[in-house]
Amino acid sequence: MTFMERLLAWRNERGAFGFYAVLLATAVLVPLLNLAVPEGSPLHMSTYTVTLVGKYMSYAILAVAVDLIWGYCGILSLGHSAFFALGGYAMGMYLMRQIGTRGVYGNAELPDFMVFLNWSELPWYWQGFDMFWFAAIMVLLAPGLLAYVFGWLAFRSRVTGVYLSIITQALTYALLLAFFRNEMGFGGNNGLTDFKEILGFDLKAPGTRMALFLATALALGVAFAAGRMITGSRLGRVVQAVRDAESRTRFIGYRVESYKLWLFVFSAMLAGVAGALYVPQVGIINPGEFSPINSIEVVIWVAVGGRGTLYGAVLGAVVVNYAKTWFTTVLPDIWLYALGTLFVVVTLFLPQGLVGLISKLKLRRGAA
Amino acid sequence: MNVPHAFSRLIPARLRPSPRSGDVFERHNPPGLDLSHNTVLYLEDITVSFDGFRALNKLTLYVEAGELRCIIGPNGAGKTTMMDVITGKTRPDSGTAWFGQTIDLLGMSEPQIAQAGIGRKFQKPTVFEQHTVFQNLELAMAGDKSVWKMLFAKLSPAQLLRIDEVLETIGLKEHRGALAGVLSHGQKQWLEIGMLLMQEPQLLLVDEPVAGMTPQETERTAELLLSLAGKHSVVVVEHDMDFVRSIARQVTVLHEGSVLAEGSIDEVQNDPRVVEVYLGEPRC
Amino acid sequence: MKGPDVETNMQLRRNQQRRYRGRFALLCRPLLLFMLWLGGAVAWAQAPAGNEFDTAVASLPTASYMDKEALAGQIARSGHPQAQALLQGWLDGKLYADASGHIWLEGEGGYVDPASGSAGKVEADDLEKIGTNNRLRKGLKGMLAQFALASPTASARIRAVREMRRELDESAVAALQARLQQETDAAVTNEIELALALAELQAGEPSQRLAAIASLDGDRSAEVYNSLSQMASGDEADADAQVRAAALAAVRSIESWRSFYQGVETLLFGLSLGSVLVLAAIGLAITFGVMGVINMAHGELIMLGAYTAYVMQLLLPNHIGLALLLSIPVAFIVSGLAGVAIERGIVRHLYGRPLETLLATFGLSLVLQQLVRSVFSPLNRSVQTPGFLSGSLQFNDLLSVTWIRLYIVLFMLIVFAALWLTLNKTSLGLKVRAVSQNRRMATAMGIATSRVDAMTFGLGSGIAGIAGVALSQLTNVGPNLGQAYIIDSFMVVVFGGVGNLWGTLIGGMALGVTNKLLEPWVGAVMAKILVLVFIILFIQRRKQGLFPQKGRAAEGH
Repeated sequence: MTFMERLLAWRNERGAFGFYAVLLATAVLVPLLNLAVPEGSPLHMSTYTVTLVGKYMSYAILAVAVDLIWGYCGILSLGHSAFFALGGYAMGMYLMRQIGTRGVYGNAELPDFMVFLNWSELPWYWQGFDMFWFAAIMVLLAPGLLAYVFGWLAFRSRVTGVYLSIITQALTYALLLAFFRNEMGFGGNNGLTDFKEILGFDLKAPGTRMALFLATALALGVAFAAGRMITGSRLGRVVQAVRDAESRTRFIGYRVESYKLWLFVFSAMLAGVAGALYVPQVGIINPGEFSPINSIEVVIWVAVGGRGTLYGAVLGAVVVNYAKTWFTTVLPDIWLYALGTLFVVVTLFLPQGLVGLISKLKLRRGAA
Repeated sequence: MNVPHAFSRLIPARLRPSPRSGDVFERHNPPGLDLSHNTVLYLEDITVSFDGFRALNKLTLYVEAGELRCIIGPNGAGKTTMMDVITGKTRPDSGTAWFGQTIDLLGMSEPQIAQAGIGRKFQKPTVFEQHTVFQNLELAMAGDKSVWKMLFAKLSPAQLLRIDEVLETIGLKEHRGALAGVLSHGQKQWLEIGMLLMQEPQLLLVDEPVAGMTPQETERTAELLLSLAGKHSVVVVEHDMDFVRSIARQVTVLHEGSVLAEGSIDEVQNDPRVVEVYLGEPRC
Repeated sequence: MKGPDVETNMQLRRNQQRRYRGRFALLCRPLLLFMLWLGGAVAWAQAPAGNEFDTAVASLPTASYMDKEALAGQIARSGHPQAQALLQGWLDGKLYADASGHIWLEGEGGYVDPASGSAGKVEADDLEKIGTNNRLRKGLKGMLAQFALASPTASARIRAVREMRRELDESAVAALQARLQQETDAAVTNEIELALALAELQAGEPSQRLAAIASLDGDRSAEVYNSLSQMASGDEADADAQVRAAALAAVRSIESWRSFYQGVETLLFGLSLGSVLVLAAIGLAITFGVMGVINMAHGELIMLGAYTAYVMQLLLPNHIGLALLLSIPVAFIVSGLAGVAIERGIVRHLYGRPLETLLATFGLSLVLQQLVRSVFSPLNRSVQTPGFLSGSLQFNDLLSVTWIRLYIVLFMLIVFAALWLTLNKTSLGLKVRAVSQNRRMATAMGIATSRVDAMTFGLGSGIAGIAGVALSQLTNVGPNLGQAYIIDSFMVVVFGGVGNLWGTLIGGMALGVTNKLLEPWVGAVMAKILVLVFIILFIQRRKQGLFPQKGRAAEGH
C-alpha cells in the first residue's frame, strides 16, 4: 500500500474506533455523574449539562447527515435545517397532543394555540399524531418525502453546484415563511412548546431526561454505523465517484440521479431523526429552526471537523457548538465574529478541517 | 459500403440486407442488442449545431460488428461531437442513431447507453482520482448498477479474477492499491482503457488513446485494440497517422461535420480531397 | 426578510384601515347625528343665555368629548372674532385649561386669553391640555373649513370645500350656498356646486337626487361613492326606485373605475417592488452572473450602502436631501472598496471552488453584520426622507402613488443604463467581458486578468452600495437589511438567466409584479412563498433561466 492509502485507512479506522470509544464512555459516564454522584459533589453533572450534551449529540447526527451528502457526494445542501425542523415538528406535534387537557384552555383535542385562534376542530394533518408510532414514522416520512420530491426534480434536471445550493436555500426560506403563518396550523411564530410528557413519562423528570440522552447517544451510534456502512460499500464508492467526476460516472453506466436521490433522502431522514431527538430535550420547536443560516452553520460544523470523514463531522458539531455555548454565555458579542472568521479560515486554510490538521501534525511528528 | 448512396436514403440501413451476413465472430450479445444484420452502429443524417455553427452536418456512418474503425480528420471536423451524440451527451438537432437493429440511442440517457453496451474513453483521461486503481476498475465493472444492489454488493471470486486479469493487461498490477490521482499520464490512459475493458462493451469508442504515450506503450495499445476487434467493435479517433496505419483496416475521414472519404488507409491517403483538407498539416 | 415584509405589512394594514374606515363611516353616520343633537341639547341646557362664546369656552375644561363637539359648534357660530384662532389652536393641541378652569391659548410669545388675546402669566406645569379625539378633530376641521371659505386665495377655498364635503351638515350647506353667491372663481364655483350636489344627493327630494346623480357623474370621490352606494342598497327608506336604479348604475360605474385603478395601482406597486429587486440583484448579476463568483456577503454590501446614507445624514444634518444625493457616489466607493477587499482577500484564493466561496463569503457576511451591530447598535437606524421624495402624486380621486415608488423605478432604470453602458461601451467593460468569456485567451492578449477581476467585483459591489442608498428610503436600515435581500437577489439573477443583465431586469420586474398581483388573493407572505416555489420549479425546467447565455462559455458556470 502506498503512503496516502495507509494514511487514509489509518484515519478512517482509528477515527471510527475513537468515535465509538468516546461515545460509549459518554453514554456510561454521563448517567453515572448525573444520577449516581450526589448533587453536592464537584463531580456531579447537572441535568442542564446532560441536556446540553444530548443537544450536541443530536446536532452531531445532523452533521453526519450533511457530511454524507456534502462530504461524500459533493452536494452542498442548504436545506438540511428544513429537514431537521420537519422531524422536530413531527415530534413536537406528538408532544403537543400529549398535553391533552393540561393546556391553558384545557381542551382535550386541540392544542392551546388552535383554541386561541378559535379553531373548532383539529386539521386533518394533525390526525394520528396522538400515537407515538405514527409520529415516529412521520419523523422519517415528512423530511424524506420533501427530499424525494425536491431531489427527484432537481437531480433529474441536473441542477448542480451552487445552483442547487441556492434553490435548497430558497426552499428552506419558503418553508420558514410558511411556518411563520398562523393559518398553517403549526403554532405560527411561537411554534410548539410547553410539552408535558413523552410516552407517559414526565419530560421534566431527570430519569426521562437521561432516557432521552441515552436514546440520542444510541441514535448517534446507529447513524454513524449506518453512515460507515454506506460509505464503505460500493454504493459509497459510486457516490464519491459522482462527487469527483459526475459525468464520467454516467458514462460507465450509473444513473447518477438515482444515487444522489437515494443519498439525499437518506440524509434528510437522518436530519429528521436528529430534529425529533432535539425537540423533547430543548422543549420547543419554532419556525426559527428553518432559518437558512442554520443550514449553513451545519455545513461549517462539518467543514471544521473535516468533511469526508464521519467522525470529523461529529467532532466539528461538538467543537463548534461547545464554542457557541461558551461564547454566547461569556462573550456574546464576539460569537458572530468568531463564527464568521471560522468560515473564512477553514475554507481558506483548513480544507480538510481539524481531522486533516491533526493527521498532518502527526505525520510531521512521525517523519521527524 | 456496398449499398449505393441513393438507395440508402430510401431504406433505413438497419433494415437492409447485410453485405457480410456470413461472417461469424465469437461475441456475446447483451440482451436487446440485435446484430442480425451485422452492423453495430447506424448514424444517419446527424446534424448538431451550436449557435449556428454546424459541428455535425448530415453525418452518415455505419460501423460493422467486430470492426476496428479509425476516424481521422482535422481539428473541428466533429469527431468528439460525434462521440458525444453516440454516448448521449449531446442531442442532435436531426437524424437517427441506432445501436444494432433495435436500440434507438437518441431516446436514451448516458447511463442507459453505457449499460446497453457502448463504452467510451475520453480524450483527456478522466479517472476517479480519489479512488484506488482497483476501485476504479471495480466501479467500471459490468453488471447491475442499481442503487440497492450497490449497497450490498460483494465481489465474487470470478469478478476478482476478472479485475486481476485486466490489471495484468493494462500493466498496473503493482499499483492496484494506489490512488488513481498519483498515476502518471500514460498510466491513467491505461487505467481508462482498463475501465473500458471492465465494462465489457459491444462498441468501444476510443478518443486519442495514445496521446502522451511512449512508443512502447503505443505499440502495446495497438496490440490491445487489435486483439479487441472481432470480439468487440472498436471506433478509434486518432491524430497519430503511424498509429492509425498500424491498426486500421477501414478509415473514415471527417471534415466539417460530414464524411469526406472512407476506405483503406492507402485509398484514403491518396484521395485528392483528403490531401487538400490536410494540406499544410505536417503530421500527415 | 424584514425589508419587503415590513413594506407589504404596512400596505396590508393601510388597506385594512381604509376598508374599516369606510364601513365605520357608513354605520356611524346616523348615530353621530343623534349624538350631535344630544350634545347640543346638553350644552344648551348648561348655557341658557348670555354670551355664547364665553359660556362655551368656560365649559370646555369639564366637558366630555360628546359635549365638546357641541361647544365647538357654539363657538364657531358665535361670530366672535377670536373663534377661528381658538378652534385652530384647539385642533393643533395648543388649548389649555389652568387649575381654576380658565382657558389659555398657546401663542408664539406665551399663553394668551382666547377671548381678549391679552397675555397672561401662567406656569406650563399648571396647565392641562383640552384634548381632542378623532371625531372631534374631524368636526373642528369642518368648522375651520367654513372659516377658510372666506380665504382670499382660490386654492385655499377649494381645499376648504373639499374638507367640508366630508361632513355636509346644514350649517355647511348654508355656508356653501352663501359662498356660491359671492364666488367669482370658476374652479371654486364648480367645486362648490359639486359639493352642493352631493348634499342634495344625501338629503334632497327624489328629483333633486336624480339631478345630483347626473351632475356628479365623473366624480369618483369616496363621499360620493358612499352616498350613492347607501342609496343603491336601499338603506334609506325614502329612496324611490328610480333614484335607486340611477344610484346603482352610478355605483357600478365608479366600482368598475375603482377596480381599474386598483389594477393600475397594483401594477405600479409591482413595478416598484420589481425595481427594488432589480436594484438589489443587479450588482449580483455582475459578480455572480459575469464572474461566476457566489458572494453571500452581497446583502451586507447593500447594507453598507444604506448605512453610508445614514452616516452622510449625520454628517450633514441640515442638508438631508443633499446628504442623500451625495451618499450615492460615496456608497458606491465604500461598498466598491469593500468588494475589492473581499475579492483580494478571500475570493481570489477560491476561484474554481464555488462552494467554498459560498461558505467563506457567508462567514464574512456574519462578521459584517456583527460589525454594524457593534458600531451602530443592533437597533434599526432611520434614514430621513428629504422633502422632494416624500408626498404622493394624486392622479385622481381613486389613484395616488407615493413619489418614492415612482422615483425608485426611475432610479433603477438610470443605474441599469449606467451599468449597461459601462459593460458595453467602456474599455473596462470590454476587458470584463473578455475575461469572463475566455480567461486564458484574455491573459494571452495582455489583459491583467487579476486586476480586471478585482475591478469587476468592485463594480458589482459598488452597485450594491447604491442599491443600499435607495433601500434606505424604503425600509428599515438595520444589521439584517442585507439578509432580507440576499435570497431574493439570487432568485432574480438565476431566474433571469446568469450572465445576462437584461434577464436580471426583466426577471426582477416580472417577479415583483407577480408578487404584487398575487398579494390581494393570497396575502403578502403566501405570495412570496408562491413566487419562491415557482422559481424553484422553473429552474428545474429551465436551468439557464429566462434568457440563457449562449454557447460553450455558459457551461463553465
